[in-house]
Amino acid sequence: MAEPVLSVRDLRVEFVTRRGALKAIDGVSFDIARGEVLGVVGESGAGKSVTGSAVTGLIDPPGRITGGEILLSGYRIDNLPPEQMRKVRGKRIGMIFQDPLTSLNPLYRVGDQLTETIRTHTNLSASGARKRAIDLLAEVGIPAPDRRIDSYPHEFSGGMRQRVVIALALCAEPELIIADEPTTALDVSVQAQIIALLKRLGRDHGTAIMLVTHDMGVIAETADRVAVMYAGRIAEIGPVRQVVQNPLHPYAKGLMGAIPSLKGDTHRLTQIPGSMPRLSAIPPGCAFNPRCPFVFDRCRVERPEPIARDLHPVACHLYDEAPARTESVA
Amino acid sequence: MSDVSRVDPAVSSRSPSWLVRFFDGDVWASFKRSKLTMVAATLTLMFFLGALLAGFLSPQDPFDPAQLELMNSRLPPLWNAEGQSPFLLGTDEQGRDILSAILYGLRISLLVGFLGVAFSATLGITLGLLAGYLGGITDTIIMRIADVQLTFPAILIALLIDGVVKAVLGGNLDAGTTLSVLVVSIGLSFWVQYARTVRGSVMVEKSKDYIAAARLIGLPPTAIMIKHILPNVTGPVLVIATINLALAVITEATLSFLGTGMPETMPSLGTLIRIGNNYLFSGEWWIVAFPGIALAALVLAINLLGDWLRDALNPKLR
Amino acid sequence: MEKPYAQINNLRRTFDISKPWLNRVIEGGEKQYLKAVDGVSFDIARGETFALVGESGSGKSTVARMVVGLLPPSGGDVTIDGVPMVGRASSQDRQRLRRRIQMIFQDPYASLNPRWKVEDIVAEPIRAFRLLDGDKAIRERVGELLTLVGLHPADGIKFPHEFSGGQRQRVAIARALASNAEFIVCDEPTSALDVSVQAQILNLMRDLQDQFGLTYLFISHNLAVVRHMATRIGVMYLGRIVEISGGRELFAAPKHPYTRMLLDAVPDMNMAGEERVPISGEIPNPINPPSGCTFNPRCPFANDRCRSEVPPLLDGVACHAVHEGRIAIAVAA
Repeated sequence: MAEPVLSVRDLRVEFVTRRGALKAIDGVSFDIARGEVLGVVGESGAGKSVTGSAVTGLIDPPGRITGGEILLSGYRIDNLPPEQMRKVRGKRIGMIFQDPLTSLNPLYRVGDQLTETIRTHTNLSASGARKRAIDLLAEVGIPAPDRRIDSYPHEFSGGMRQRVVIALALCAEPELIIADEPTTALDVSVQAQIIALLKRLGRDHGTAIMLVTHDMGVIAETADRVAVMYAGRIAEIGPVRQVVQNPLHPYAKGLMGAIPSLKGDTHRLTQIPGSMPRLSAIPPGCAFNPRCPFVFDRCRVERPEPIARDLHPVACHLYDEAPARTESVA
Repeated sequence: MSDVSRVDPAVSSRSPSWLVRFFDGDVWASFKRSKLTMVAATLTLMFFLGALLAGFLSPQDPFDPAQLELMNSRLPPLWNAEGQSPFLLGTDEQGRDILSAILYGLRISLLVGFLGVAFSATLGITLGLLAGYLGGITDTIIMRIADVQLTFPAILIALLIDGVVKAVLGGNLDAGTTLSVLVVSIGLSFWVQYARTVRGSVMVEKSKDYIAAARLIGLPPTAIMIKHILPNVTGPVLVIATINLALAVITEATLSFLGTGMPETMPSLGTLIRIGNNYLFSGEWWIVAFPGIALAALVLAINLLGDWLRDALNPKLR
Repeated sequence: MEKPYAQINNLRRTFDISKPWLNRVIEGGEKQYLKAVDGVSFDIARGETFALVGESGSGKSTVARMVVGLLPPSGGDVTIDGVPMVGRASSQDRQRLRRRIQMIFQDPYASLNPRWKVEDIVAEPIRAFRLLDGDKAIRERVGELLTLVGLHPADGIKFPHEFSGGQRQRVAIARALASNAEFIVCDEPTSALDVSVQAQILNLMRDLQDQFGLTYLFISHNLAVVRHMATRIGVMYLGRIVEISGGRELFAAPKHPYTRMLLDAVPDMNMAGEERVPISGEIPNPINPPSGCTFNPRCPFANDRCRSEVPPLLDGVACHAVHEGRIAIAVAA
């Protein structure tokens, strides 16, 4: 098997507050292969965005990486000095955020921002960079790119702005794109366009994409594999079809059942009682145990590690027990 | 019913009391982190206590002629060779103990300061609430008056009011009336800042849905302003009030120094400085220096507290 | 047929978005208006959930605010249980009606006063309408309401910031029920919540409807949520209703091209790994909407008539192409 573009091994991130260190990420491991889209899904507080920030080296103090390693094409990046990490971020990792306006400088024409980024990372001439910028804008589906390149960000609509941000992320032909809630601020009809665009680009350029979102629908449509996060850990990770249509972890089951569907008929949605624990009050054992309908003694004391039996990896003691119990769950 | 009433497991039992919440809160934590603020707070507290307990702390009542002895006049501070006990900071030409005069003067200065702040805050908050909540023509009128007000320096307004009152009531005013005039002058000079800040906060708060919910049940505007909006704009008001207390004390001192403030029968720190100023060139420096130092220290301490409070209450700077 | 509980008739709202007078005088330029809601009519039957669905700028929230009386309409009228909400009805009637209409808002962080204890928040409508006398009776009722929405009576002494988003939304629901409301307007009640919490709140709203026979006007941009909750649905686009239909029919046999496009665009869990053809274009600027049918620039069926003439809402759909039979309509199963 080829080396994965991104390999995260046992990542730990803590936030130091005056009440002590809070574990935001507690032992997360995953790989993303070339051309693959990994969806990272979870509810607020699950640690999905912090995982993205850790990979890009953009964790704001008082947060810091306290363990594990992050490898980009086999090259360790989690311990790079800030200056070197900045170069890696511009050249090898592209970023797309929820609000396109945070990635675009409102005072510069989008063309200037694109050509500047292109020239920083390649040795193209000014006119060559401009030509490449126009090509990129065309590729992300902006009509009349040769005219629009001289517009300011505020002259674009929300969906078009997000396309510009994607073009900006693609400037240096990165190996990896981190997209953090890229469609959350957009309307449904525009969201579908952006999803399709991301998917096509990933395939055409062989870029690995880490798609962080709370929207299962977006994941289901876009991702090849999906990691379901809960309270700073991965509860379940596997091919998107398997996880969405036949989730194993009780949390993932609850999550899928909680989403109203456009098909089928349900009077009541599956509901998980309670809510995600605060970082300061993560229960011992399995973090999900107070909300889990299948909880047993072992869950309250021992933390489950992701194990893959004949299925994809899932961090749940139910699947580490005798087969009889597994059947009773399904 | 039984299905609906399932109790959320994440609910904990009782809430801690407000005292516990305060000492556990971020504001208190930021206070404990800043040494400078703790010094400023201690100093301010000492001034307040000194003013409050002037009657107990002072070696003499500086305004009781029976206690004054001309024998003791113009004594230098105690550490000087000619100094005499109990006059720690020396005496003036009437044999009045400077320390006692400062403590009593502090009392007057702070009284004027607090009343002035209370007056301007009440006026400013009310007008700010009205302007922000009602908007439209009310807003335009109040804020234009505020703009005009800002073009006049506070001292000028105070002198103006003082002049008008003197013209109406004629000649010399008694101490009580002078005090009222000072409070009103200070109040009318400083309300604009409150009004502007409160108006801004009100415009933010009134667009929030808890106001919509209150309107929905038919609560009248005055009730919404007082019960819902006012408690949510106290933070910035507290900061302004603290800094304005220092400003009010300074303004009062300036007015008294100029001779339109407190009379010599009921002197504030500013009056003491004016009196002491006359003796500066004859070598009795302590008569003016100690009230001056007290005034400067008081204003600095309060200002430092105000700066800290502004940062502590601003979540962006935390 | 029974008279509808709420009748919304030709509701309009324009916002003045002109620059200030002085700027207009000096810089020139005309007054500018934004038609947020442009002739919206629908009925809500007692005990049903009527949903308005649409993307941002469709005017659905503006309609909600006009229905409850938070925003005066520029035209049209709202009648609830026979009492006109706009114009000169005796204010006594309206005050009595007000108790029966409540609203649940989108952002549970902004809809509860952060300086008030939860018990005071929930008790406010009881006190305002003088429904109960005495602190003890009020406190008991508040405890009852908190239990009803899945909280604990002891939670009353806490402040809103001590609760999670979902719990806050429960408090907001308890407040809405405090005055024994029968008609609740829900403006995106779960948009700010996580999916598992959203499910809790939607279930709770359903249970309360079953228990008290509540009537809901449900505003959302989320089609799946709307499908789950609504008995009838109105689809809004740029201030107008383009289609009204029963909840099931709308999803089984959408008529208006915009409805079809929306349904196609929703990412669906059942689509895992499947490809789809995305739709094109974005919502035009509502300050300067297209003439005729506002959807015509994005519509594959648009012709000259669509570009010049506003289609009326006939048989639950406002589309020339459907009226003329140019678009084949699937028959609802």
